[in-house]
Amino acid sequence: MATTVAFTVNGRSVNVAVAYEDTPLLAVLRNELRLMGTRFGCGLEQCGCCTVLIDGKPEKSCMRPLSAVAGRNVVTVEGLGTPDRPHPLQQAFLEEQAGQCGYCLSGILISAKALLDRNPSPTRAEIARALDDNLCRCGTHNRIMRAIEKAAMRMRAGVRA
Amino acid sequence: MTAPLPGILADNPQLDRWVVFMTPGKVAISTGRVEFGQGVLTAMAQLAAEELDVAVERVAIRSGDTDGAPNEGYTAGSQSMQAGGIALRQACAEAKALFLARAASALGCPAAELTVRDGRVLRNGMPTAHDYWSLAAAVSLATDATGAAARKAAADYTIVGSNAPRLDLPAKIFGQPIFIHDMVLDGMAHARVVRQPNRGATLASIDEAALRRIARSPVEFVREGNFLAIVGDDETAVEAAASAASDHVIWRGAEPPRALQQEAAWLLQRPSVDRVIGAPQPQSPPRGRQVFEATYSRPHLAHASIGPSCGLALYRDGHLTVWTHCQGVYPLRAALSRTLGLDPQRISVRHVQGPGCYGHNGADDAATDAAIIALRRPGRPVRVRWRRQEEFAHEPVAPAMVVKVRAVLDEAGNPADWTAEIWSGTHQGRPGGGANLLAAEALPNPPPVPAPTDVPESAGGGATRNAEPLYDIPQKRIIHHLVPEVPRRTSSLRGLGAMPNIFALECAMDELAERAGRDPVEYRLARLADPRGRRVIERAADMANWRPEAPRGTGRGKGLGFAQYKNRAAYAAVIVEVEVEESVRLLRAWCAADAGLVVNPDALINQLEGGIIQSASWVLKEQVRFDNDAAGPIDWDSYPVLRFSEVPEIDVQLVDAGTDVPLGAGEATAGPAAAAIGNAASRALGIRIRDLPLTRERIMAELLRQ
Ligand code: FES
Ligand code: FES
Repeated sequence: MATTVAFTVNGRSVNVAVAYEDTPLLAVLRNELRLMGTRFGCGLEQCGCCTVLIDGKPEKSCMRPLSAVAGRNVVTVEGLGTPDRPHPLQQAFLEEQAGQCGYCLSGILISAKALLDRNPSPTRAEIARALDDNLCRCGTHNRIMRAIEKAAMRMRAGVRA
Repeated sequence: MTAPLPGILADNPQLDRWVVFMTPGKVAISTGRVEFGQGVLTAMAQLAAEELDVAVERVAIRSGDTDGAPNEGYTAGSQSMQAGGIALRQACAEAKALFLARAASALGCPAAELTVRDGRVLRNGMPTAHDYWSLAAAVSLATDATGAAARKAAADYTIVGSNAPRLDLPAKIFGQPIFIHDMVLDGMAHARVVRQPNRGATLASIDEAALRRIARSPVEFVREGNFLAIVGDDETAVEAAASAASDHVIWRGAEPPRALQQEAAWLLQRPSVDRVIGAPQPQSPPRGRQVFEATYSRPHLAHASIGPSCGLALYRDGHLTVWTHCQGVYPLRAALSRTLGLDPQRISVRHVQGPGCYGHNGADDAATDAAIIALRRPGRPVRVRWRRQEEFAHEPVAPAMVVKVRAVLDEAGNPADWTAEIWSGTHQGRPGGGANLLAAEALPNPPPVPAPTDVPESAGGGATRNAEPLYDIPQKRIIHHLVPEVPRRTSSLRGLGAMPNIFALECAMDELAERAGRDPVEYRLARLADPRGRRVIERAADMANWRPEAPRGTGRGKGLGFAQYKNRAAYAAVIVEVEVEESVRLLRAWCAADAGLVVNPDALINQLEGGIIQSASWVLKEQVRFDNDAAGPIDWDSYPVLRFSEVPEIDVQLVDAGTDVPLGAGEATAGPAAAAIGNAASRALGIRIRDLPLTRERIMAELLRQ
C-alpha cells in the first residue's frame, strides 16, 4: 500500500513515497532518487551489479524490499567519491585502468570498500573471495584486484577516504 | 601524388563527416565505431590528435549516430584499428593540409614552412597569429577527401603508442549515468516483452485481468500479432506483470529445444550445405601413410552480457528515433526500415553505451521491441529492458561446432595433408543479412526465413575462421558443413569460429607432437616459417619458463596455444599452467602478442587479458543447455561463468614488430587461450579431452572411461 519510507542515502536523509513498500531498493534508487550508479544486472541476487552498503555491509539491492531499509544507512557508488574527491579505491581504479565495459564496477567498488573496512590488508586470495559474488564478464578481474591492493596500501599509509 | 582512399573514407568522403572545429579549443571527431568497453573511442581520439597535432584532451567524439557519424557498418571483428583508424587518420591529415594551405596564403609563405603544435600554426618553429579555430571560418571541410595529403610517418608519432587513459572509464568508476539503462526521457514509460517462445508459436490468450491485479499499478498491453508487451509508468509494476506472464499467457505451438540438441554432436546428423575450400580432396586414400584423426567440439555459448539488453524509442511527428547499444547503427536502421515499413529517412538510430556484448547479442532486438511499442504510442517515449531470463533464453547464441581434424603424415612423420572438417550453424545472424530481428518473427506477416549463409572468407570467415593452420603444410583444405536448422537462433560471438577451430587445430598439433615424441613448442617452430609467429611463441615460452622435458600425468602441467587471428590480424601465443584433480584449476597464464602498430598499449593489454579470461570461462564452464524445459539457461546458476577466485594471474607482453600497420587484436587471445588450457589439462591428466567444456563431470566421465 502507498507508503513513505525514511532512510539515509550517502549521508542524506530521504523520505520516499512509493505505491508499495515491497518495491525493491534498487528500483527506488534508480527511478525515484535517480541514483543510476547502482546497476541492474539480473534482479535475482546473483551477479552483484546492484551491491550497496546497508549499515556498512555489502548487500544486493535488487530483491530487497524498500521497507527493509527503513531507518538504515545506505551507501551507493555515488557516495564513495567524486571526480574531484575520489575515494582511494576510485583513484586506484583510474590509475590501473581497471575496467572494460565498466557495468560491473559500481557493485565491485562497493564490495571492495566493505572488504577494506573490515580488513585493511587483504591478500589477493582474500580480495578474490570478497568479490566472488560480483561477476565481471569482460575479464577485468586482475586489474580490479591490483587496484584494490593499491588502494589498500595507500589507505594503510594514511590516505583518507 | 594521390593515394587511393581507404575504403570507408571512399564511402564517406566528405571531410566534415569526420572532423569539425566548431568550439574554440576543441576538435569534434565523428566515427562510426562504437564503444563497448574495448577502448575504441580513446584510440580513435589518439589517432585524430596525432594527425592533427592537438592534445588528446581537445578531442571530443561523436560515435554511432545515423544523423552524423560515418557509416562504417559494424564495430566487430577487431576491424576498428585496421579499417576505421586509417580512414580517420587520412581524413584528419587532409583537414590539416587544408588548414595549412589557408595559413600559408594568409602568411604569404610556402606551406612547407608551417607546422602545427597543439592546434597552433608555427612558421619555421615560431608562433604565428593562426590556429585551427581562428582559421576555421575560412576553411571549408564540406569537401571530399582526395588522397593528396600524406599521413604522418610512424617514426613521428608521439600520441599514438602512448597509454592515454580511457575517456569512458571515469564515468563508469564514479557511477555516472552513462549506460543506455540510465537514460530517462521526459514522460518515458517502461516496458517488458512477453516473448514468443519460438518462431511460429501463436498467442492464444492473455488473462489481462490477472496480470493487472499482479501489477497493482496501471499497465497497458501492446499487442501486434504474436508480439506482446506490457507497458506502464511504474517499472516495478511492469516487471511484476512480466514475471507472472508465463502463468497467464497461453501460446499454441510452443516447442522448446530438446536436451539432445544441446550437444554439439547432434549437428553431425543434420542436413547441411557443404563446400570444400583450399586444396582439392585427394582422389584415393593415402597408401601406407599414417593418418591422424581426432574430433573436437564446443557447445552453444551465450554472450551472457553482465547487463541485459535495453532499447529506447520515441515516435513523434512521423519520425522514429531509437537509442541502442548495438554494434551497427546503420545496419539496424536498414533492418528496422524493412521490418516496420518506414522510410530510412524517417528513422534515426543513436548509439548509447551498454554493458560489454562480445558480439551480436540482444541489443538490436531490444531496440526493435522499443520501436514497435513506440510506433503504437506516438509522442510517448518508451524504454524496454530485457529480463535476465529473457536475455539467456532469447539472445542469439554462438553456434555449437564440431571440428574433425585429419592429418596425413609423410614418410618422416610430418603432416603433409591437412583437413579440417567443420559442422556449425551460421555465425552471421546479424540484422542486415535477412531482417533477423527477434520481434519481426512475432509480427503479422513475419519475414521469410532467410537462406542460411555464413561470413565469407573474404571477411575472415565464420565457421571457417582460423580453420586453416598457419603452419607449413603442403596441402590444406577445409570442408565446411553449414547446418541451417539449429535449435536456437545463432550469431557472432567474439572471434566466431576462431575459438573452436584454434582449439581443435592447436590441440591436434600437441597430439601430433606427442606421437612424434617431440616438444610441442619445438614441434610448432619446426613447421612455422612466419617470423612474427615464431617470435610470439618463443617469447611466451620464455616468459613461462617452458621446459620441454615436463612429465605428463602428474596432475599439473603447462600447455601452449598459438594463432594469428583470421590468419591475417594479430599474433598471439598463450601458455597456461593448470592443476587438475577433479576439475581444472588455472594457476598462471602468460601471453605474448604482436598487434603491429599499437595505438594504446595498456588498453590493448586489457583486451588481450580479457580475451584470455573470457575464453577460460567458456572452456571450463560454459554451455547453453536445453535440459530444463526452457529455451536455454535462465540465470547465472544455470549458466555459470568464471569468478574472481578462479582467475589466474596473467602476464601479457607485446612484441614490437616495428611496423606502422595496426593489426586487429581484440579477439586474438581467445582461441590460443582455449587451446592452451586444453593442452595443459591433457598434460596434467595424461589423457586427452576433446569436447568442451572441461567440467568436472566431463573429466570424471573421461577418467572412468579410459
Ligand atoms: S542485479 Fe542484483 S545481484 Fe544482479
Ligand atoms: S568490465 Fe564489463 S563486466 Fe566487468
